[in-house]
Amino acid sequence: MRKPQIAILALQGAFIEHSRMFSRLGADVFEIRQFADLEHQCDALILPGGESTAQGKLLKELELFEPLKQRIISGLPVMATCAGIILLAEKLCDDDTVHFGTLPVTVRRNAYGRQLGSFYTEGNFGDIPNVTMPFIRAPQIAGYGENVSVLSSHNGVPTAVCFENQLAMTFHPEITEHTDIHEYFLKNIVIPYYSV
Amino acid sequence: MEITKQQSLNRNLAAMLKGGVIMDVTTPEQAVIAEQAGACAVMALERIPADIRAAGGVSRMSDPEMIRGIQQAVTIPVMAKCRIGHFAEAQILQAIEIDYIDESEVLSPADDTFHIDKNKFKVPFVCGARDLGEALRRIAEGASMIRTKGEPGTGDIIQAVRHMRKMNAEIRRITSLAEDELYEAAKKLEVPYDLLLSVHRNGKLPVVNFAAGGIATPADAALMMQLGAEGVFVGSGIFKSGDPAKRANAIVKAVSNYNDAAMIAELSCGLGEAMVGINADEIRTIMEERGI
Repeated sequence: MRKPQIAILALQGAFIEHSRMFSRLGADVFEIRQFADLEHQCDALILPGGESTAQGKLLKELELFEPLKQRIISGLPVMATCAGIILLAEKLCDDDTVHFGTLPVTVRRNAYGRQLGSFYTEGNFGDIPNVTMPFIRAPQIAGYGENVSVLSSHNGVPTAVCFENQLAMTFHPEITEHTDIHEYFLKNIVIPYYSV
Repeated sequence: MEITKQQSLNRNLAAMLKGGVIMDVTTPEQAVIAEQAGACAVMALERIPADIRAAGGVSRMSDPEMIRGIQQAVTIPVMAKCRIGHFAEAQILQAIEIDYIDESEVLSPADDTFHIDKNKFKVPFVCGARDLGEALRRIAEGASMIRTKGEPGTGDIIQAVRHMRKMNAEIRRITSLAEDELYEAAKKLEVPYDLLLSVHRNGKLPVVNFAAGGIATPADAALMMQLGAEGVFVGSGIFKSGDPAKRANAIVKAVSNYNDAAMIAELSCGLGEAMVGINADEIRTIMEERGI
């Protein structure tokens, strides 16, 4: 079987960290910075942490927004962390902005306060126990639609969700030592997609 | 050196700024322009470096009320500057929940010997550095992010280029040493051995490294990114130019596609007047020599 080709949105933020994770797992990784990069064969898209306003603006101005949105709608596996879940969310609290709007969740930006409200915690992610979860100026999942499954929570609030081809979380597995969550994404979402 | 969880979180916050542009702003309106142009953070200050230089005199931390106005105007992180060694100013900035403190040579230094013990703070710090020695000393004191010092307010890129090249040349040299040669190298650079060992093993600083000082055009930003900067600060270059929104926008895009000369050529068209600038060797106040 050929190696999965993982596209990392590399407009702004911590995208190199995701590249390293997928490389460690034996996948091929490439960056998306402009329209021409969309020609590359692509089995999954990663939306990294960073600033969602900066990323959202660049997506539109570099003409990446519509093509990527169409691919997500047509089933391309997506993994989103922190700013990434803001890009996917159907609705933001106290904010009319909608980016891709493909994931039926409502997200509150900077919900834990400023940088002083950043923290680490440990918890279960689906069947995986003791996953390290760094929250950095993190958003919060304030609500979610039917058919969205919750994979992890912190103090009763969901922190990771899965909906069809979209896996999204409010924390940053890419800056930890553990590849568990990236592996989960490959196994459960990417491989079923491209072996069809 | 064991780093604390808070230090690790702070270093990771800085990692989220990578590939981004941090813009100096003096009013909530400018902060909104910066955010809409795609800035990944703003630096709130009463006067931008070009005006600090022009006004002369003692330059201090900005009025907290002015900083609060900017915090309320945008959702991206807000940074503010305190004087080198002025830990009371830093405590005030932490009390108003600033996202980042820049212990900056652009303001008048408060202490000519000691920097702030940044390990005592929860809030992350960014500090300027001209070379590897300065960078590792600041990181030992607790800085979570490093930037070149440039020569702020001049619009002259030469110092930022010099600092970035020197830093990278020194990192390459350290990487090539044998491990038993690092003790002597640490002594010469006046830096902690364990930090130097980390540079030796990883071939990079243990925190992100941005370019700052004199960046005025999309080409300047691309130059610094190609030289190895992980992102850029733009100070006087935007709001001292003819069309700030357009220039801010162009610099943000240039940073995200810094290797694409054709795109940067388009971005450089019709930006209006750049900041006038002063050649760095024509000025009397040399800010880069503050706090070494």
